[in-house]
Order: sequence, then C-alpha cells, then structure tokens
Amino acid sequence: MTAMLNIRDLNAYYGQVQALHGLEFALNEGSVTTLLGANGAGKTTTLRAICNMVRTTGAIEFDGAPLSGRSTENIVRLGIAHVPQGRGTFTTMTVEENLQLGAITRSDRAAVVTDIERMYEHFPVLKQRHAQQAGTLSGGEQQMLAVARALMLRPRLMLLDEPSFGLAPLIVRDLFKILGKINRDEKVTILVVEQNAQLALELADQAYVIETGRIVMSGSAAEIANNEDVRKSYLGY
Amino acid sequence: MSAVQETVTEAPAIDAVPKRAMTLGTGTSLVMLALLILVPLFVKNFIIFQLTMLLIYGLAVLALNILTGGSGQFSLGQSAFYAVGAYTSAILMEHAGVNYALTLPVAGVVCFGFGFLFGQPALRLSGVYLALATFALATAMPQLLKLGVFETWTGGVQGLVVTKPDAPFGLPMSQDMWLYYFTLVITVAIYIFSVNLLRSRSGRAFMAIRDNEIAASAMGIDVALYKTLAFGVSAGITGVAGGLGAIAVQFVAPDGYTITLAISLFLGMVVGGVGWLPGSIVGSAFIIFVPNIAEGISKGLSGAVFGVLLFLVIFLVPHGARQVATVAQQLLGKLKKS
Amino acid sequence: MELFTNQVLAGVATGAIYACMALAVVMIYQAIDHLNFAQGEMAMFSTFISWQLMQWGVPYWAAFVLTLGISFAGGIAIERLLFKPLAKAPILTNVAGFIALFAIINSVAGLIWDFTIKQYPTPFGSSPFLGSQLISTHQAGMIGVTVLLLIALYIFFQFTRIGLAMRAAASLPESARLVGINTSWMIALGWGMAAAIGSIAGMLIAPVVFLEPNMMGGVLIYGFAAAVLGGLTSPFGAVIGGFLVGIVENLAGTYIPGVGNELKLPIALALIITVLVVKPAGLFGRPIVRRV
Repeated sequence: MTAMLNIRDLNAYYGQVQALHGLEFALNEGSVTTLLGANGAGKTTTLRAICNMVRTTGAIEFDGAPLSGRSTENIVRLGIAHVPQGRGTFTTMTVEENLQLGAITRSDRAAVVTDIERMYEHFPVLKQRHAQQAGTLSGGEQQMLAVARALMLRPRLMLLDEPSFGLAPLIVRDLFKILGKINRDEKVTILVVEQNAQLALELADQAYVIETGRIVMSGSAAEIANNEDVRKSYLGY
Repeated sequence: MSAVQETVTEAPAIDAVPKRAMTLGTGTSLVMLALLILVPLFVKNFIIFQLTMLLIYGLAVLALNILTGGSGQFSLGQSAFYAVGAYTSAILMEHAGVNYALTLPVAGVVCFGFGFLFGQPALRLSGVYLALATFALATAMPQLLKLGVFETWTGGVQGLVVTKPDAPFGLPMSQDMWLYYFTLVITVAIYIFSVNLLRSRSGRAFMAIRDNEIAASAMGIDVALYKTLAFGVSAGITGVAGGLGAIAVQFVAPDGYTITLAISLFLGMVVGGVGWLPGSIVGSAFIIFVPNIAEGISKGLSGAVFGVLLFLVIFLVPHGARQVATVAQQLLGKLKKS
Repeated sequence: MELFTNQVLAGVATGAIYACMALAVVMIYQAIDHLNFAQGEMAMFSTFISWQLMQWGVPYWAAFVLTLGISFAGGIAIERLLFKPLAKAPILTNVAGFIALFAIINSVAGLIWDFTIKQYPTPFGSSPFLGSQLISTHQAGMIGVTVLLLIALYIFFQFTRIGLAMRAAASLPESARLVGINTSWMIALGWGMAAAIGSIAGMLIAPVVFLEPNMMGGVLIYGFAAAVLGGLTSPFGAVIGGFLVGIVENLAGTYIPGVGNELKLPIALALIITVLVVKPAGLFGRPIVRRV
C-alpha cells in the first residue's frame, strides 16, 4: 500500500514555543487513522502543520510531493480537506451556502449540484435546514455540516479535529458510523484526531498516540486498544 | 470559536514586553528625567516653548493611551476634551481672575465629569461605532464653541487671549522657562499617577475589559463603571493638558481644536506604541516635529511627504516606539550575556 | 406640511450622494472588516482622473468607463503595495495607514490640479425632473445609478461564486482558506471593487458639490454614518441609510433652531448614534451572535 501522507522529523512552533518534536508517521491510502492524545498533546498542531497553518520544519509529503512552502489554500486544493476544531462553520451563511463553499474551488458545477444532493442523503437533517443560517444549527448538526462541507471538496484526504467535541454520545456514534461509510464508499482517506479514544479506535485501522508533541505509540487500532497503558490512560479500564 | 481554538490560532508574536508592562525600566526613566530637566537650561526660549508643547501633547497622548491602550475604547474625540480644558482655564483666568495654577485642577475635574458623562452612552458602542461617536463629538466642539449663546464667555470665533504668567517669587527665569518646569512637574506627577493607576486593581480591570469584555464581566468586574471611569480619567488628563496648552500658546480659539487635533493625537498614540505610556512622548514628538519636517522637504506636497513618512514609520515599526524599545532591550540583554 | 414634504424630498435627493458613498464603504467593510478613511480621497482622485481625461478630449462615457477600470486597478495596487505588508500589524496601525493614505492623496491631488473649484459635467442634464422643482434630472439620475449599483452588488454577492468566496473570506478567513479560497486576493479584490464604486460615487457627486480636492470630506463622514446606520453588512441598508441621513440632515437644518450649516453634521451624527445605541447592528445589519 502506498503511503499517501508521509511525515518525517516534523517540528512545529508557536512563536518561541516548540509544540511538536520530530514527529514521524505515514498514512496509507484508503485507511482510517486516529491520532490520540490528551489536551495540549499536539494533536491539533499536527493537523495545522499539515495544512501549513503553523510554523514548521521537517518534511510533509502528500503523494510524494512536499507540502512545505505551499499556502494553506493551495494545500487544500491538492485534495486535503480539514475540518477544524470548533468546526469553522460560516455561521452567517446558510447551510446550502456552506456546502457550496466546500466546493468553491471545483470547476465541475453540475457535479457540485449532485454532490450537494448526495450530502443531503448522508445527512437528512441538513436538507431540512438547508436555507437556515448555519449559526442556528445545534452542535451536532454543525458538525455534520462541517463534515459535509469537507466532503464537497471531493477530497482524497480528510483531516478531522476532535469531531466528537461537545457532542452528545449518541450523535457521536452516528457521526462515526457515517465517517466509516464515507471511507468505504467514497474511498476517502481519513485522519481523525480525538480525545474520545474508544470510538476512534473502533473506527480506525491505524492508531498513533501523541504525548507532549511526540509520538509515543503506534500500531494497528486493535493493538493500541488492547495495550495496557492506553487502556488505563485513555480508555478508563 | 471556542476559547481553545482562540489560543491555538493566536500564534503569539515575538513580544518580549508583556502587555502588562506598560512602562520603562527605572534606569531609562531617570535618564529621561535628567534630560528633561537639564536640556532647557541650554536652549533658546522658542525651543523651550516647543519642549513645553512636547510635554503637553505628550500628556494628551498619554491620556489616549490609557483609554485605548488601557481599556480598549477607541476615541477620535480627544480634541473635544482638550478644548474644554483649554477654555475652562482661559475663562477662569480672563473672566474670573483665577490664578493660572488653580485653573488646572478645575479643568481636570470639569473634563473628568464631561468624559465620565460621555462614557455612559458610549457604553453601548464599540469599535467603529465608538469611533464615529467620538468623531461626532470632535467635529461638534469647534461649532459649539462658536455658538452665539456662549459668546460672552468664549469670545466667539475670535476666542480669548490668555495672559502668560511670570515666574513666581521673582525667580530669575523667563516666562517660557518657568512654564516649562511647571508643566514638567505636572507631567511627571500625572505620569506617575497613570503608571500606578494601570498597575492597580483599576488598571487590571481596564486591561481585562480591553482583552475580553465578556470574560471580565463574568469575573465580576463592573464593566460599565470601569469603562466610564477610563473615559473620565482620560478626559480629565486631556483637560489638564488643554489648560496648560492655553497658557503656553496664550490664546484659545475654536478652530484650534478641530478633528485634525484628534487625529494627530491618535497618530501620536500609534507611533509611540499603543498602551505603552513612555511612548507618549515619542508620539508627541512625531506629531509636533514631523509635519514641520515634511513642509521643509516640500511645501507643495507637505501632506504627501507627511503621509510617506508616516508609512515608513508604520512599516518599520508597526507597534510603534515600544517595538524599538523591545528590540533595544533584547540587544542589551544579548550584550550582557556575551 | 408642505415644507416638511419638500425638505424630505430634498433630503432624498442629497441622500443619493451619501447612499452612493455608503455603498463603497460597505464594500470595503465586507472585504477588510474595517472602514477605510481614505475612501473619499480615492473617490476624489478618480473623479479628477476622469475630468483630466475629458480635458484631453475623451467623451464622457468613455472617460467614465476608463476611470472605472483605472480605479479598480488602482485600488488593487494600493492594497498590494501599502496594506498587504500591514496585514499582520494591529488594527490601529492600519488605521494610521489609512490616515497616511488620505494625506498623500489629498496633497498630490492638490498639487496636480490645485484647489480651485472646477465644473464637472453630468450626463443627465440638470433640468427639473418631471417638472418637479425639488429634484433635478441629475439627482434622479444619481438615485437611479445608485439603485442599479445596489442591484448589481446584490447579484454579485448572492449569486456568484466569487461573491460567495468574498463573503466567506471576510467572515471567517481561516475557514475560507480551509476551503481553498485565497483570502489575500479576496482582500485585494475588495479594495479594487470599493475603489471602483467610490469612483462612481465621486463622478456622480462632483456635478453637485463641484470638483476640488476637499470635496469628499463631509461626504465621506455622511457616507460612514449612512453605512453604519444601515448596518455595515447590508448594501441595501447602506442605501436606505444614505437617504435617511440626507433627510435627517435637511430636517435638522430646517427645524432645529440655531442649527446653521456647521452644526448639521454633528447633529446628524448624534441622531445616528442614538439609533445605534438602540439598535447596535444598525437598521438592517445582522446582529452578530458571539458564542462565548
């Protein structure tokens, strides 16, 4: 299996503070990978580093081509969709406009229209609210909208930053089911960063654990889920 | 946006001077003070007059720094308070024969009240809306001063002539020199007061409001009180500066207090470094001397030259003189280590 | 009663000036989230360019279109050269930049074309409109052009992809980048459009206030006030705001005793601010819900 995303010796900095230390990992095409860690461990920073939203040194390669030096918007145009922490919904615009924005860089307008319909099939509640201002949606609905918006890009790689944050457990379960479906049906490679380890490990094939900016464990999701330390620290048993 | 996202998105700029440090180190302050005391002894009267104006505008910029840099309220209306202070002093001196020194506290208190009152409706406004409101105040002031109803007091369009005081106790110094040292004492006193104000609970309340108003009120800070207080204090200091200005320039007239003055004070604050009190004097120097320099370079294009010089300053040091001080501090730190 | 209606109508006529300027103001606000104090001077400079073209023999409408293009390009150039470097600087520093730009443009215009008042032609003629004594054909033309501009802007923002992208970039720049929008160029585009709209405003206003470097001073303030009154996020509000400001200004001058020309501006502003205290987002603005 080819490594779609290859990260080697990645360091990231906020001003003078170093947040990531020599990170190394790879994502296989078509896989679902989860990056687990506590608050402040560097999970969000990793995703931001991939999209060049934070100062980095080291190598990030997507399909073999380096991402450093490219602006965030250009990285996105390569087919990497990023659902940020807090969802980043355009709250003053309608649900449908948010979806249109997801596809704003695409030139195949007819396909965009059918894609919007497809999103409504994945997420019926969005169809109900399609003309509503996005800011009036509940947290769970906004998360669905954020995922749908990311999918409108027809991305090859989707980055999700704590999608379960602030959501009720049942909604999170539904969301992760949909993510699994998307990965299988639409062949989207997924990297999901999570604090909610249990659900993430059920969804994922591969897992990494990050602590204070360093990867401390890696393996298949099953291995990580069965690991004694992980179970104690992140799974609670 | 959650608070978490905000901290993640705000990649901190290299700001070695934390927001709370709004002053200079003791050593530098003493050097500055020594210079301010000694230089006038060696220069001509006209230069002394300019130095006096430097201090006076420095006070006005300082006041704006407390309001904007301290409590985060944007004001383009300081010229109105300056004018009220100036006219208060002038009217008291010329119509009521009050001693010049005593007019200043009155000017300060009157303007404090005026600012406090203005702060009330301003509570509901912020950012661009507050700018517009203060702008309205500044444009209204010259017109109000020209109004027929007040003419017996204000002297209408012509304004009032103000008598410059002699040095007291028959001291052997010129009027300009006496006025300079008088102004210097007041300036230092107000500077020390301001520094202490910003270090006090009130100062911390101001800064909490500036940084995050909602969080501040959630912490129990009486936002309304502190915001109006900031306006009051700022207006009061500006009023004292106005009074001193009236005495130094020896007259008051409505067209001396237009929106141009308010804009100049704003520029002075930016050039000095917003919220950095010592920068006020740098900003003051900029607004007093650079227009003259610009005119010297090209009479026909003086405005353009001024604009270009201003751009140069903000390109090189977007954070104003404070940035220069920070860099100097870092360099000194490196030198000390090696 | 008749005096009242007359003053209202006259106010609508002058209000068209402010409405036009307010559109340019809202345009720039959409792009950069603050007000550009040099907007009026840019409009004035554009108008002088069109005047100069006509002095050189270019017919009115050709000069109009050329000036539109030049202004658009000029706005982009100013943003790229002077304000892109300030993108990371604090807001107040940017405001100082606007003030510097104001000083430069005003001074250069004065040098090139001096401060004497010049006549500026109108394509609409200045005969009474439909026989009415209060509105001339030019004023009617102004109102017409402003309304057309408004419709064009509405279509642009609501129905085109670029309009949507610009709105997104202005609303949440980081999220906009995450959908692939080049937010930096959106800002440049916003400046270009604002400059172009401003030039239209200038070319419409000049026949009424006469062409000279200081012609836009008062107009800009009223334009800001109108935009703020209407709600900074709403071009429609800006136009309504413009007409309202014109009406208020006229009525204040007519009915409030002692208010000569000089006090009209502060009184108008005071009334607007009163409205804002009651409705902080303006009449048609969308209140911004801040989730803590």
